[in-house]
Amino acid sequence: MNRSMMKKSLVVPAIKDSFLKLNPLKMVKNPIMFVVETGFIITLFYTFFSPDPSLRPFHLAVAVILLVTILFANFAESIAEGRGKAQADELKKTKKEVKATRLDSAGKKTVVYSHELRKGDVVFVEQGELIPGDGEVIEGIASVDESAITGESAPVLKESGGDFGSVTGGTKVISDHLIIKITNNPGESFLDHMISMVEGAKRQKTPNEIALNTVLISLTLIFLLVVVTMPFITGYVGVDISVPVLIALLVCLIPTTIGGLLSAIGIAGMDRVTQFNVIAMSGKAVEAAGDINTMVLDKTGTITFGNRMASELIPLSNRKKADIYYWSKVASKDDDTPEGRSIITLIDNEEALEQQLYENGEFIAFKAETRMSGVDLADGRKVRKGAVDAVKDFAKQHGGTIPDELEQIAVGIAEQGGTPLAVAVDQNIIGVIHLKDTVKPGMKEKFAELRRMGIKTIMCTGDNPVTARTIAGEAGVDEFVAECKPEDKIKLIQKEQSEGKLVAMTGDGTNDAPALAQADVGLVMNSGTSAAKEAGNMVDLDSDPSKIIQVVTIGKQLLMTRGALTTFSIANDIAKYFAIIPAIFMLAVPQLDVLNIMKLGTPDSAILSALIFNAIIIPLLIPLAMKGVAYKALSSSKLLRRNLLIYGAGGVITPFIGIKLIDMLLQFIS
Amino acid sequence: MVTFLSLAVPVILLLLIAKPFGHYLANIFDYESGKRSIGDKWLLPFEKLVINISGLHTKTQNWKQYLFALMATNTLMIAIVYLIFRLQGVLPLNPEGVASMEASLAFNTAISFMTNTNLQHYSGESGLSYLSQMIGILFMMFAAPATALAVCMAFIRGITGKKLGNFFVDFIRSITRVLLPISIVFGLAFVALGMPQTLGGPVTVETLEGDVQEIAVGPVGSFLAIKQLGNNGGGYFGVNSSHPFENPDGISNMLQIILMFLITASLPLAYGKMSGNVKQGWILCAAMWLMFASFSAVAVSGEYSGNPAMEQLGIGAGQASMEGKEARFTPAESAFYAVTTTATETGAVNNMHDTLTPLSGLVTLANMMLNTVFGGVGAGFMNVIMYAMIAVFLTGLMIGRTPEFLGKKLESSEMKIISVTLLLHPLLILGFSALALATDMGNASITNEGFHGISQVIYEYSSAAANNGSGFEGLDDDTPFWNVTTGIVMYIGRFLPLAAMLAVAHSLLRKKRIPESSGTMRTDEPIFGGLFIMCTLIVGALTFLPALVIGPVAEWVTLYL
Repeated sequence: MNRSMMKKSLVVPAIKDSFLKLNPLKMVKNPIMFVVETGFIITLFYTFFSPDPSLRPFHLAVAVILLVTILFANFAESIAEGRGKAQADELKKTKKEVKATRLDSAGKKTVVYSHELRKGDVVFVEQGELIPGDGEVIEGIASVDESAITGESAPVLKESGGDFGSVTGGTKVISDHLIIKITNNPGESFLDHMISMVEGAKRQKTPNEIALNTVLISLTLIFLLVVVTMPFITGYVGVDISVPVLIALLVCLIPTTIGGLLSAIGIAGMDRVTQFNVIAMSGKAVEAAGDINTMVLDKTGTITFGNRMASELIPLSNRKKADIYYWSKVASKDDDTPEGRSIITLIDNEEALEQQLYENGEFIAFKAETRMSGVDLADGRKVRKGAVDAVKDFAKQHGGTIPDELEQIAVGIAEQGGTPLAVAVDQNIIGVIHLKDTVKPGMKEKFAELRRMGIKTIMCTGDNPVTARTIAGEAGVDEFVAECKPEDKIKLIQKEQSEGKLVAMTGDGTNDAPALAQADVGLVMNSGTSAAKEAGNMVDLDSDPSKIIQVVTIGKQLLMTRGALTTFSIANDIAKYFAIIPAIFMLAVPQLDVLNIMKLGTPDSAILSALIFNAIIIPLLIPLAMKGVAYKALSSSKLLRRNLLIYGAGGVITPFIGIKLIDMLLQFIS
Repeated sequence: MVTFLSLAVPVILLLLIAKPFGHYLANIFDYESGKRSIGDKWLLPFEKLVINISGLHTKTQNWKQYLFALMATNTLMIAIVYLIFRLQGVLPLNPEGVASMEASLAFNTAISFMTNTNLQHYSGESGLSYLSQMIGILFMMFAAPATALAVCMAFIRGITGKKLGNFFVDFIRSITRVLLPISIVFGLAFVALGMPQTLGGPVTVETLEGDVQEIAVGPVGSFLAIKQLGNNGGGYFGVNSSHPFENPDGISNMLQIILMFLITASLPLAYGKMSGNVKQGWILCAAMWLMFASFSAVAVSGEYSGNPAMEQLGIGAGQASMEGKEARFTPAESAFYAVTTTATETGAVNNMHDTLTPLSGLVTLANMMLNTVFGGVGAGFMNVIMYAMIAVFLTGLMIGRTPEFLGKKLESSEMKIISVTLLLHPLLILGFSALALATDMGNASITNEGFHGISQVIYEYSSAAANNGSGFEGLDDDTPFWNVTTGIVMYIGRFLPLAAMLAVAHSLLRKKRIPESSGTMRTDEPIFGGLFIMCTLIVGALTFLPALVIGPVAEWVTLYL
């Protein structure tokens, strides 16, 4: 999906949209900007009907700047929406009307259009056809190209039953055929949902956004009160302040910066999630991700690769190290299983074998009955590797004796959570290969990062406690649950929630669905079943469960951006006061020039400079609102200190410089 | 040096007392946790008796029941006292034949004392009968701070995750275990320092010129203790603590300052104790002392910079401004007292604030406009917590989480209540000031033209809204307009925030407490103290800046520059 921010194709419609949004009926939804618009209309009135014609140019200037301020705010929102719309348009192309072959209960085929399909209908999809709607495979095995939705070009295998049975409308069957039971009515499909999410059509204000908006409106009302009462108070000492000047003061004081960018921040936050190939079902879910206290993670697939890899080759005491390396390689040379390949990789990485391998031999593949694989060499020797018991039997059959130490080594490996594979050549046991489940690289660092963010990680695994402890220790998770059943996960989540914590989890299977529904943030793999997808509130199109960690970061970034720009906006007021207040009172009380610490040229230029700064800061901050404030995994205290320095102190200082520069420019022009 | 000590000693003593006294407050009001409190052995039977006689109960109340109990008792008291004022001319205990009070003045005075404001629009010691003094004034001087302390403790219990408690229990404990015992001790101390304590009539003396003069006396010592301790501030004598019988010397002055701070400066520590993390209280305490110290420095230096207008007349050249001050107090002591009485919303005065130099006047105004430099008993601390919540809400997002206060999320429902409350203070002060300044009814009472007139008006409404009660005293304020408007301002300024904060406590109480982690925004670190100050200044003070600029600041620049 597209990542560029300011493409021409986005900017032009956004500009057009900015004007359309001037409609007061739309504007009233953003009370802060509505106040600015009202101010604009009043000032415009004064421009034409001012009792003192000499003031008209000044009033006109104020009116124009106010209009520009509103347009900038509208533009911020439009550009954010535009990016979503562009993505939605791409998705809509996928949602073409297709013909489908419907099967009735008697097995009779009828050709219908996809929009005629209802929940419960059964369709037949041939190789090369598009799947007409979301559904479950009830018969057949086929590979499906899901690139239209996930962007991933490698086809995925779909079959009935199990966790690979769900298909998405708009994806293409590229081999064989499938019989699918449709699970959604038209307009309710995953694709429909995805389109409306990225388009922002269903965008509702999130809880935090509502709370922040309340406070911002309160601040706006306070400043409205300040400005409305001001002429009555100053009138007592004979200081008259013109209405446009009061409006200028009002607009400078109310939090227009955050008011103008607030919805853009929300839309852009959702958009960042989408660009990350995760579809969030609501903005609330993204916000909740930022608040997560506990993360429940499956071991297999999320923390570890899930397949067992060789980590150590242990010779028996009467054998040399080179022997076990040599014979392990011989036994695994033609072994294509992940375990086999991992053995070769380990040997090649650690030791260069001097001895030439026997080239002639017949590979014996792994079978469930034998639980061994190996090579029958041309000279008659048989090399085997496999389950310790199986290899023991094999050696005994060849007249060998089993040394006691074999059992000890095997038990030792099992206790560490690994799987022992014995290696034998005829009656002689050579040694043991230690296979273990490997933690994905970088996980330890990620968990350390989460800990710094104050998030607890809990690993769930079906393994025995010994294995679980080993992996948990290696990955650096905070807690683990061994021999975990799906219902244990729900209990775990409920327990955490009862302590007031917000819990995130990932899942894909149907048996994960209740836990996903219970969790505050449930990230479901796109490869998962439709029951799971319905239960969760985010879908990862790449089906990478470890993405949940980045989703949390995006959620935090969203909240941080909102906070940073709010702080910045409010901190700006100090400088604006110092520009406008002396300007208003200077004529009546010349000594008040001491408050004009920026030494601005004239009262008019001071007011206009503050107003211009107030307007142009909005577009200047659009990139930040869209990209989000950079997140660093620091402790809250450090993070607060850092952001306060940048956005708090920066918010106090920047306008002093900005207003002064604009004033100098205005002086220069006139 | 002596001057410096007279300012530093009370502050040091208060810093030493704050923790034990704060913990004592926490102990006696933490009854919902089932713990026994200090004093239960002797006082509990008596307190139970009072409750039983009154037909009340001690069951835990929800916020609406709590609010109803407090509103019902307070409104009833206002009604009774109003009737007494109106009928004092015909009621007993009126040996001097004081006439009944005019309706708007009675309305104002009844509200004034019930709201802990003690704005006195009536004329000094001669406007009230003994009955009015005893029931109307003295009784309310206990009832008003007891009400606020009760609500504040319920609020603290609520935000620290305990039950709200019972209003009657809180109210009675506030009196029996806090206000009454301390008032007795300090009352005796004041008497020992030479204040009169008598129920006898005025003393008749022969002056040096041979004239006969009546000197008013009365139970001043006992009256004074609760006046200061309860942040009431209504003077026994018209001129309040500048009267030699109400504040004889430096020592009594220092004791009065300590009393004004005693409860309100210990409450943060009580809060810290009840929240289970004493540092929470210390940070707020430190932030407030810092603001207080800066304000005091401005006021003291303002008074020492003298008055150029006087110097032009050739009097007092190069001297501190002594206009409106008592010669037995240094200008520093006077300015410090002025900052203290406005910071703690007491309203007692030992000098006339109308004659403070403009910058000191500005500081006293700022104290009342912010109402977050300690503030009055209970009510002030709730306002402080409200600002702390706003600080957390506005900046807490910057750590990437929904803002939390003491482990509870601050969400829309709380922020709505807080937003309305935040709007209230500027609405009352600026709205009514504009009304008064723009209408003849209001501005006819102004005695100084120009910028100072604006200060007079804004001061009056700030004092009423913050339930302070001190006056700029230049204002001729016993008119129906001023009586009614300030009466309304005092009433709303008092009860609406109390109700709002109870609602916030209730709303937070329903939420689950989120355990602390390294991702939690900390409110017990110095940086939060700084944030609290910045938030107070930016959100609270910027609102009033235009009014302050055209009032005291304009006066200052025209006088000095």
